[in-house]
Amino acid sequence: MSDNAILYSALAILGLPLLSYVLIFFFGKKLPRQGDFIGVGLMGIAQLLAIRIFIAFWKIGDPSYRVEKAFTWLDLGGFRIDAGILVDGMTAVMLMVVCIVSFLVHLYSVGYMHGDRRYARYFAFLGFFTFSMMGIVLANNLFFLYMFWELVGLSSYLLIGFFFHKHSAANANKKAFLTNRVGDWGFWLGILAFFTATGTLNYFELFAHVHAGTIKGALLGWAGVALFLGCVGKSAQMPLHIWLPDAMEGPTPVSALIHAATMVAAGVYMVARLAPLFGADAMMVILYVGAITAFITSTIALVKTDIKRVLAFSTLSQLGYMVMALGAGDPTNAMFHLTTHAMFKALLFLGAGSVIHAVHSQEMGDMGGLRKKMPITFVTFLVATLALSGVPFFAGFYSKDGILGSTLAFGMTSGHYVPFILGITAAAITPFYMFRLVFRTFFGKPQIQEKYDHAHESPLSMTIPLMTLGVLSIIAAGWQTADKGWFAKFAAPYDVPAISAEFNIESTGDHLVVHDEHAQAGHDAETSVEAAHGDEHGADDTHGEEAHGEHHDVAHTAHVRAMVMSISMALLGITLSWWVYYRKKVNTGALQKKFHGAYTVLQGMYFFDELYHATVYPFTLWVASVCAAFDRIVIDGIVNGTGYLTRMVSWISGLIDNYFVDGAVNGVAAVLQGAGEGFRRIQTGRIQTYLAYVSASVLILVLVYRVL
Amino acid sequence: MTGDLVFILLALLTIVPAVWVVFSPNIVHAGFALLFTLFGVAGLYAYMGADYIAVTQLMVYIGGVLVLVLFTVMMTRVPQGKRANYGLDRFVPAGVLSLAVFGLLYKTITSVDWGAGHTEPVPTVAEIGTNFMTNYIFPFEYVSLVLLVAMIGAAILIRENKNTQDEPENGESEVQS
Amino acid sequence: MNVGLPHFLTISAALFALGLFAVMSRRNAIGILMGVELMLNASNINFVAFSRYVQHGIDGQIMAAFVIVLAAAEAAVALAIVLAMFRNFGTVHADTVQSLKR
Repeated sequence: MSDNAILYSALAILGLPLLSYVLIFFFGKKLPRQGDFIGVGLMGIAQLLAIRIFIAFWKIGDPSYRVEKAFTWLDLGGFRIDAGILVDGMTAVMLMVVCIVSFLVHLYSVGYMHGDRRYARYFAFLGFFTFSMMGIVLANNLFFLYMFWELVGLSSYLLIGFFFHKHSAANANKKAFLTNRVGDWGFWLGILAFFTATGTLNYFELFAHVHAGTIKGALLGWAGVALFLGCVGKSAQMPLHIWLPDAMEGPTPVSALIHAATMVAAGVYMVARLAPLFGADAMMVILYVGAITAFITSTIALVKTDIKRVLAFSTLSQLGYMVMALGAGDPTNAMFHLTTHAMFKALLFLGAGSVIHAVHSQEMGDMGGLRKKMPITFVTFLVATLALSGVPFFAGFYSKDGILGSTLAFGMTSGHYVPFILGITAAAITPFYMFRLVFRTFFGKPQIQEKYDHAHESPLSMTIPLMTLGVLSIIAAGWQTADKGWFAKFAAPYDVPAISAEFNIESTGDHLVVHDEHAQAGHDAETSVEAAHGDEHGADDTHGEEAHGEHHDVAHTAHVRAMVMSISMALLGITLSWWVYYRKKVNTGALQKKFHGAYTVLQGMYFFDELYHATVYPFTLWVASVCAAFDRIVIDGIVNGTGYLTRMVSWISGLIDNYFVDGAVNGVAAVLQGAGEGFRRIQTGRIQTYLAYVSASVLILVLVYRVL
Repeated sequence: MTGDLVFILLALLTIVPAVWVVFSPNIVHAGFALLFTLFGVAGLYAYMGADYIAVTQLMVYIGGVLVLVLFTVMMTRVPQGKRANYGLDRFVPAGVLSLAVFGLLYKTITSVDWGAGHTEPVPTVAEIGTNFMTNYIFPFEYVSLVLLVAMIGAAILIRENKNTQDEPENGESEVQS
Repeated sequence: MNVGLPHFLTISAALFALGLFAVMSRRNAIGILMGVELMLNASNINFVAFSRYVQHGIDGQIMAAFVIVLAAAEAAVALAIVLAMFRNFGTVHADTVQSLKR
């Protein structure tokens, strides 16, 4: 497929959802079926185009191959912004992910949202979101990235608050948007820092600049952290994770699309995309943030009873894994996990939606024994849970395993073992609470008989996506064994020297040796992924250096150890869960009472919201009141003062007008009147006077003209 | 010598009453002073040998105009107490102007060479009469026309209109309006 | 002194000035008329004097004759007006007749 074809397909993929939005938004109500077929149809076309692009890049097989097209967005002489789209291997994968999930969610929503009063609006917003997400994926510069970033946040706001009559939903979308804003503030600062230092917003130019040392040292570190803040906000890392659980107020398909598979993954995508911009310090921050998030949120999921909440925290935890991988210098596995996670998490959400649709409740306490009533849902749900738990032969195992491997390798080479420990612990907790969910929902006695009686399997429009995703949750791994390291064909760490060779940038001398251990661990982890699964990779070796020879061993041992530990942790978690929730051998109620303190902390989600309420909100309001006072006193003072001044001036002007101008006018009139009065007296009406005048005139004439 | 004396007397007879005509507050006195002035003028005419003119002056001016003037003076007398005062404001500009005019005329008279010569006076009546009928026939007729018009005009002016008789006069009880 | 033209002219000038003065300053309408008569007489003297001393003919005298006649006619009309004025205003004070004013 030619470069132009790739570009045009990419543009079409960008434009089709937008078209869907426009058509459904403006004409939806008048169309038959309210236009849902437009949404599904256009997304289907986009899906086909995405498959074409994916196949094209599969054939190319070189992760550093890219197609880019830019135009000048803004040119003010010295200040220029070029904007455009970029398609490379990573893009191709992301396009597939977004298209698949979006298309299946569109299809699913036909059944799920059936009968809703704002059905057309819903599909319009789905289209709008997909368009914005494609924008993020396709952008080749920070400017477009930020723009679509914001649009995605807006879409999230619209969709979370879809049932806006509910107070909880209205508050939730506000919270999501504002929390995102905090992250975006950091993101924007980072963008500005990079732009000011280098003068460009284009990704690859920035990489070259960083390599050349145009921006370095503390500035680079802080700018990187600032950029990462955007990821923290969008991908709900700690401490900005608070919005994601509340975002479950939105319709379940929305949760599947936005808050599991795509939007929250945008942060991960951004960091993976801009990997060379993060210095060693920034990477450390990223690593720890990710690890802590992964661990803490998984503990919270242990005590939640709303199935969507459990899934939300599970999402948070997995996002933490992805971010952790990025921090460890392994963007490949991070993106791989993003892909597999999108599949099975979307499936989990859609399955949960199916259950909710049947039982009309989200609480595990209202469910039980549903596997007989909803077999398709049950099977697919179980597949997804196995994938999430990291059971071998399911997709999630390979990606999670890869992450843990590179994290351990990083720990071994740098001495920072804590992230790995947190990660591996979470690897045990995750299967535990996921199977808790499965056992309590699909097994056991029905808790509420009435609900159980009413429950039925969902319609085809809902079960087909479930089945599709179920298959994908398996075969995404299958490709792994069939063609070793297929993901490495698409996404690999950038060859920064090669990129910087494309641009002629003055090197400031000190070559930035970025993320030493991170890079090593990254490279090695990726090669080890290939190595561990049998065949040696041949022609698609992206880095020809053999100097990593000695590191190869570290990576290899790390990977093997990690694999062993993760499998055992997964089995541990599943067994414990089976023991507690299936065999009911442990009294959970008594445990709850015994560890009441811990339980309260977990149930309260570590009281982040309360902390913010006590500190951030009052501070923000105080700042706002200061600003308001400033506005009132200074700004309004100036405005009022100007008004007062204007009145003064106009008063003076009026005075001048009254006295001088009018005086002049009146004076002229008075003079004229006086002259008139004076001249009037010539006309006395008396002949004698006239005679006198005549005589005088004659005399004067004679004297003047010297008649004499 | 006597001619000069006669001239001076005649001049005085002319000028002095003229002054009285001008300055006298009593209009009747002024009228009679005018009589003397006119006499003086007639005398001057005679002195110059213009016998016809002198006599015409006596008959027409004194016998006609002056009588008319005196009649009118008598007819338009207002009671004694209602006479308006003179006031000096009008004397000054009038006086100045008059003096200026006189000065101007006098200057003219003395500075121009008139080319005057003496001749013996001759009787003029026959010559004037002849000229009236031949050279100056047209002015003669026009003047008679003017006289006619003047008479008619004066008669009309004098006529008592019905409109001016708003109040009934004493003695006449019935006034037709 | 040789009585000649200038003397007569002087007299006539004096008479004229006096007549002018009378016209300008007299309040009584008839007084004004008298002034006019004086002026007319003055011009008559001029005519006769010139005809006697310069022209040596009678043209001036004929002119003087006409002037006298016309003066008479004018006096008649003027006095008729005065009488009409007296009838309308009850006085012959010249200032009462100022409808031309303003």
